[in-house]
Amino acid sequence: MERYTTRDINSISLPKLPPDRASRNGSEDDGPAKASTVAEVSAEAAIPESAEGTILALAQSGDHHAFAQLYAQHKRRIYSLCLRMVGNAAEAEDLTQEAFLQLHRKIGTFRGDSAFSTWLHRMAINVVLMRLRKKGLSLISLDEAMEPAPEERPGRSFGAPDLTLTGSIDRLALERAVANLPAGYRLIFVLHDIEGYEHNEIAAMLDCSIGNSKSQLHKARLKLRDALRRSSRQEARR
Amino acid sequence: MNKEHNKQVCEKFQSELPDLIGTGQDIYLHPHVQSCELCRALVDDLMTIAAAARQLFPVEEPPDALWEHIEMALKEEEQLPGKG
Repeated sequence: MERYTTRDINSISLPKLPPDRASRNGSEDDGPAKASTVAEVSAEAAIPESAEGTILALAQSGDHHAFAQLYAQHKRRIYSLCLRMVGNAAEAEDLTQEAFLQLHRKIGTFRGDSAFSTWLHRMAINVVLMRLRKKGLSLISLDEAMEPAPEERPGRSFGAPDLTLTGSIDRLALERAVANLPAGYRLIFVLHDIEGYEHNEIAAMLDCSIGNSKSQLHKARLKLRDALRRSSRQEARR
Repeated sequence: MNKEHNKQVCEKFQSELPDLIGTGQDIYLHPHVQSCELCRALVDDLMTIAAAARQLFPVEEPPDALWEHIEMALKEEEQLPGKG
């Protein structure tokens, strides 16, 4: 097998699309929040369908360089997804590796019924869910398994609205708050509000009811609201 | 309307919120949201959080060494019996 170094991967340059072609669920074109090299950004940019089709076909035929290109293009999205779902960097790396190994094994079965990024994304979610099942998070009885302890539950909103989140929310504060959510809440919130899945899709993935998915999402948002309000209060005191 | 009654109405509305939000209807048209400042603030916050979450693009970069690990694992898989 021909090997490619990290430098090779990072220097893979793919043409960028105009911003209006970059879909939310495709490869992102909004630029990273932290410093990245130009090569890294361009490697993650959306590529024309024809070019992606060519790379994909080559990867399906066993071309290692093409597979490396797919990795370069999708690594951040898959790693970010894993990280947000499990909230742990080491585990996210492991899951990202497993997702790309799965991709390598199954890429020949991709028939183009959906966008490749959607297919890969779903595969990565399945890898994460399998891991969570192995770790004992029952996805069959979400009502019990995903319900946090009483002290972790979000409070209802009674009393004066002393501080609202009107306007903007600090991205880092939100990322932190999401990472600190109990596992069950985080899973639903990431899948619905960040990744854009519908409740019926989440219910199918997690083998739970649609009502349960809605309820868990609502509780997750309430919990985030509590956390963000606390964070705003702390900021205000400084 | 006394305070206790208000609390009960708010409690009922908030217990129905997950379904109300899930329907995709304009929740601001709900009579309780139009009349209750507290629940309107809650809905505002939940909508703000959902909108902010949609802006959370993948920004996390996996470590460079990860590709090397994947390559090694691919190589090992290819050397398994029955593989090319």
